[in-house]
Amino acid sequence: MQRSVRTRVAIAGGQFAGWLSRVMTRGQGATISGRVINAISPHALDELARGQRVTLVSATNGKTTTTRLLAAALEADGRTVTSNSTGANLTSGIAPTLAGAAGAGEAVLEVDERVVPRVVDPLGTQLLVLGNLSRDQLDRYGEVHLLADAWRKVAEDHPGLAIVANASDPHIVWAASPAKVTWVALGLSWRDDAATCPACGVLLGWTADRFECTGCGFARPETPNRLDGHDLVLDGTRLPLRLALPGQWNLANAALAVTAAVHLGVDAAGAANAVGTVTSVAGRSMSVPLGDGRSAVLLLAKNPAGWTEVLRFVSEQDCAAVIAVNARIADGKDPSWLWDVPYELLQGHPAAAAGERHLDVAVRLHYADVEHAVEPDPIAAARALPGDRVFIIASYTQFSALYRRYGKTEA
Amino acid sequence: MNPRDSAIRIGLVYPELLGTYGDRGNAVVLTQRAKWRGIPAELVEVRAGDPIPDSLDVYLFGGGEDDPQHLAAAGMRGSKQAITQAHAGGAVVLAVCAGFQLVGHRYLAADGSVLEGIGLVDLETRAGPSRLIGEIVVEPSLSHHWGQAGAPATLTGFENHWGRTTIGADVQPLGTVNVGGGNGDGSGVDGALAERFVGTYLHGPVLPRNPQLADRILGWVTGGLPELDSDLEHRLRRDRLHAGSATGVRKWWQDRMLARG
Repeated sequence: MQRSVRTRVAIAGGQFAGWLSRVMTRGQGATISGRVINAISPHALDELARGQRVTLVSATNGKTTTTRLLAAALEADGRTVTSNSTGANLTSGIAPTLAGAAGAGEAVLEVDERVVPRVVDPLGTQLLVLGNLSRDQLDRYGEVHLLADAWRKVAEDHPGLAIVANASDPHIVWAASPAKVTWVALGLSWRDDAATCPACGVLLGWTADRFECTGCGFARPETPNRLDGHDLVLDGTRLPLRLALPGQWNLANAALAVTAAVHLGVDAAGAANAVGTVTSVAGRSMSVPLGDGRSAVLLLAKNPAGWTEVLRFVSEQDCAAVIAVNARIADGKDPSWLWDVPYELLQGHPAAAAGERHLDVAVRLHYADVEHAVEPDPIAAARALPGDRVFIIASYTQFSALYRRYGKTEA
Repeated sequence: MNPRDSAIRIGLVYPELLGTYGDRGNAVVLTQRAKWRGIPAELVEVRAGDPIPDSLDVYLFGGGEDDPQHLAAAGMRGSKQAITQAHAGGAVVLAVCAGFQLVGHRYLAADGSVLEGIGLVDLETRAGPSRLIGEIVVEPSLSHHWGQAGAPATLTGFENHWGRTTIGADVQPLGTVNVGGGNGDGSGVDGALAERFVGTYLHGPVLPRNPQLADRILGWVTGGLPELDSDLEHRLRRDRLHAGSATGVRKWWQDRMLARG
């Protein structure tokens, strides 16, 4: 790969900054490293992406997991894959990922929702994979429809761009439609951000899994591709998804990843098998030792849609649950979403309120008639709960702290 | 107030349009605080597209985004008579953020368009140049509207809005802003307070964080209320007041630095 002197200097500087960040235990180093690269060489992304076939994955929920599953399907097919496995998904995280590429091949990159419009062109993107959009960090990101509009502008500016997209999410359908789309209906359990038509603003009519606007006719696209129970039906073929990862949300992630892999030329059955081999993604579903012979399973939930999915899963298990919530910048500083989430589902389960905002959680559980302990430290909280099966469901910075502390022992 | 022979009907109006900031929590808190005292209560969701009935005891209007706010305004205007009559007949109204703006006369958007409200309370809102966002602390007005129990303790919330609201000369504010923006029109106050009416910019949501305010509002429906253990809620309230005052000190220091150049 031909890289300019400036970009090579930038990468060296970035690697040094990343090393510094790691030895000072400030982080994993990807973000600071990328900032340095981008500052020294503003066109680094274009250069670094040369020789790669670039696929971008974005969504409010599931982008890290979908990226990992797609990379697994491509690797199983014998491709050389470069992927940002640490979840560093801003331009600053993408640059060091590409700088570390072993050679030409497939680049599968998770991208923050807001960053998508800025990187499609510089990276020479060949495939965009879009999962879902819902409210997340309202204090920072603003309103959901603004993101959908920004994505739609990308599709309008690139009518030939290939997109694999979820047909069940009105915001995604609105965003992707102007481009060359392969639809797959993944279902949408959280509809509270999809009440109005993204095209004309009137009330959207919902029947079962389909939406249709009574005003302008905007509707779920017709597609034979769909997630049906534990099977992905793709181009008329039924592919069983046997996942090691838990929950309905991971079935949707896997179905999206397999559809994208098939678009990239991977054999469908092979892709479906490959996604089943992934047991934990960047700490999600990771086992955390409690120090008393037991261990807890760590789950990430960042927003009402994610929490609702995770709670549905946990409520069906015979288990105890720790709800660990922070409200730092990366979590969103306003945890009012606690009241949009049906914590009532935890009634009858031993539970604990934890995290820096344990009091907000405790009051929410109190009003949900869920008996609970109050203990800020999630590990201590888990230890205090009975039973062999304990889930720690954590907001972003709580999750990251636990992943940093226990992730190194992950197999 | 007469003893009731039916459950209190707590109406959550258009949750899918006016529910972006957790304001459902206000309905949950009122319903539970009634039930825990042995007072039958029912949470009634009024779905978008349905007319708002005149038979509710409490009307809760929450915060929402742009398009949904337009739809909510149209629905509220269509049911204006039902809301106005119910309120005049003894029903209680709690209106938060977008809902607060829509019970006023109108909202003047940044693009010059006008969104008509229902004029239940004499107030008007225009879009401001910046988003007012963060912890907010409000000292409630002293007012006969609170009834015998008097004003609730200092209020804590989280605000997130562009609105600049000016209340009419005869309307009392909900309170004085200690930390944050509130109505944001330079008057240094938040919300509005009238007979069986509270309007505010406080999310959080506001009632889980402020159990005394919840009980004043509930008391307007039921009359006197027996005591209820609210230790957990008060711990949260103190925690948030502490966080709010820390924000206030930081902002005061920054403003001072800016003033010095």
